[in-house]
Amino acid sequence: MNWDMNWRAAPRNVFLATALSATALSSLPAQAQDDEPREMLNASYDIARELFAAVNPKFIAWWEAEHDETVAVNQSHGGSSTQARSIMQGLRADVVTFNQVTDVNVLADAGLVAEDWQDQYPNNASPYYSTTAFLVRKGNPQNIESWDDLTRDDVSLIFPNPKTSGNGRYTYLAAWAYADQAFDGDEEQIESYMKQFLGNVEVFDTGGRGATTTFVERDIGDVLITFESEVNNIRQEYGEEDYEVVVPPVSILAEFPVAVVDEYAERNGNDDLAHGYLDYLYTPEAQRLLADFNYRVNDEEVAADNSDRFPETELLRVEDVFGGWPEAMETHFASGGELDQLQRR
Amino acid sequence: MVRIGDAPGVRRTLIGIALALTALFLLLPLVAIFAQALASGLDVYWQNLSDDYTLAAIGLTLLVTLLTVPVNLVFGVFLAWLVTRFSFPGRRLLQTLIDIPFAVSPVVAGLVYLLLYGRNGWLGGWLDAYDIQIMFAWPGIVLATIFVTCPFVARELIPLMQSQGAREEEAAVTLGASGWTIFRRVTLPKIRHALLYGVILTNARAVGEFGAVSVVAGAIRGQTNTLPLQVEQLYQDYNTVGAFTSASLLAMLALLTLAAKAVLEWRAARREIAT
Repeated sequence: MNWDMNWRAAPRNVFLATALSATALSSLPAQAQDDEPREMLNASYDIARELFAAVNPKFIAWWEAEHDETVAVNQSHGGSSTQARSIMQGLRADVVTFNQVTDVNVLADAGLVAEDWQDQYPNNASPYYSTTAFLVRKGNPQNIESWDDLTRDDVSLIFPNPKTSGNGRYTYLAAWAYADQAFDGDEEQIESYMKQFLGNVEVFDTGGRGATTTFVERDIGDVLITFESEVNNIRQEYGEEDYEVVVPPVSILAEFPVAVVDEYAERNGNDDLAHGYLDYLYTPEAQRLLADFNYRVNDEEVAADNSDRFPETELLRVEDVFGGWPEAMETHFASGGELDQLQRR
Repeated sequence: MVRIGDAPGVRRTLIGIALALTALFLLLPLVAIFAQALASGLDVYWQNLSDDYTLAAIGLTLLVTLLTVPVNLVFGVFLAWLVTRFSFPGRRLLQTLIDIPFAVSPVVAGLVYLLLYGRNGWLGGWLDAYDIQIMFAWPGIVLATIFVTCPFVARELIPLMQSQGAREEEAAVTLGASGWTIFRRVTLPKIRHALLYGVILTNARAVGEFGAVSVVAGAIRGQTNTLPLQVEQLYQDYNTVGAFTSASLLAMLALLTLAAKAVLEWRAARREIAT
């Protein structure tokens, strides 16, 4: 039984009944539609709301032009681990657009997503990518250029807790990958760098948005470390003059994996629509839009047009430095892992 | 006889403290909500209010409340009647069980529902086989809200009905009245006020419930977002004005509820004087 139809009409009718009785509200647009369009659900990560609010209307127009069918795309946003869990418990998303490879793997392990999902779409099924960058205060008073500046005694850092936030995990891994390269794999030096790095953290927020609030609104810390895309959004939101973006010469590649949730897409009769949605993300039109939201894209023409906004930097892959996400999670973030030990010592 | 607090100085200080605290903790936040919501002017406020997603959130919140309140009204009266008018083994236990939703954190309540009705849950597998979706759709939200708000009516009624005793009902029985007549003509008039208060509390909580609902809703914009969830999402989107616009709706609903309660109480008091 699909409640969608029932409820779509029900609360709206309830609402209209109430609204119409109140003269103040009676001018609101009534959206009675006789034939509901086919609907699909995209379950996504927290900070992608604005992005997909912009992508979806364009996708709908694209789909209509290609298939002569009007569709509707619904969005669900939350921490991507929470989303994966909800989908396993029955949130019937047709596609996932996450910011954590591990969270799609969880769905693959549960049999909801194909085992070979990373091979089904180009670039490891990541239509766009980003990296970890720094946001510093006006004029970059401490002259922060790269990762080695972040361990100085006079610098205090803000980034979300790697234990609870994928964003924070990228920051941690990026710092480690830098140190690994800088000290040529010398474990003692890497660990001493990481200890100083973690010791300079002023506040560990649970998520990316919380860290932003701490840095911008509470005015704590000298450097906010988060996704390059987010760093640019913050600058646009809170004032281009008050903050500066620093992209370090070496950082980590942050992939934004997408996959069709086969189990639900088939059941919802949305198999074609779900695949079409992911295909669309790779079209030049969508890639251009993604670049507007400060994500790096692989489309060569779009990338070339935006090259001034995305400074060239060496991006290390988690697979190459840490042997893949499962290994990185196990070694670094598991209970009693490297992160716990670094913070204890 | 002079009691403590009779001295004009003491009295004035106490009243002053009470008023100041009320203003600081209750009035000021309320004013702040409306100030923030209207910070960018009435046009923006109206725009935010007529946003499709906000309208859907209002609709869903009304639906949930309209389903929850009657269910818990009937359930609460039934439970209170049972516990106070009959004696049976397990009566005490039942009285304790009523309080579970109060004792348990709403988040836990939500998780328990997931455990039961989720795809991997005890009942979930069966429901899934028949393609019935409870979680991450409005039925799940209604269930979670019913759970969280179910003690309010019973908790208001039980102490009152206990103190009133069953004597009048017993008299009615000896006069040959049927159960339904006893309830309607004898019990109901005595408990009307407490019942009303219970309904108002149930209503307020049903509209405002966040924790349990957020676990079972799945955060689908325009579909499973109730008003409180919508407030949080807008706030996380850096849309402060939008968030406070939705919050102001919740505040207005709260004020309306209180006004309705005051009017009903006032009318009841007048009727009592008249009789």
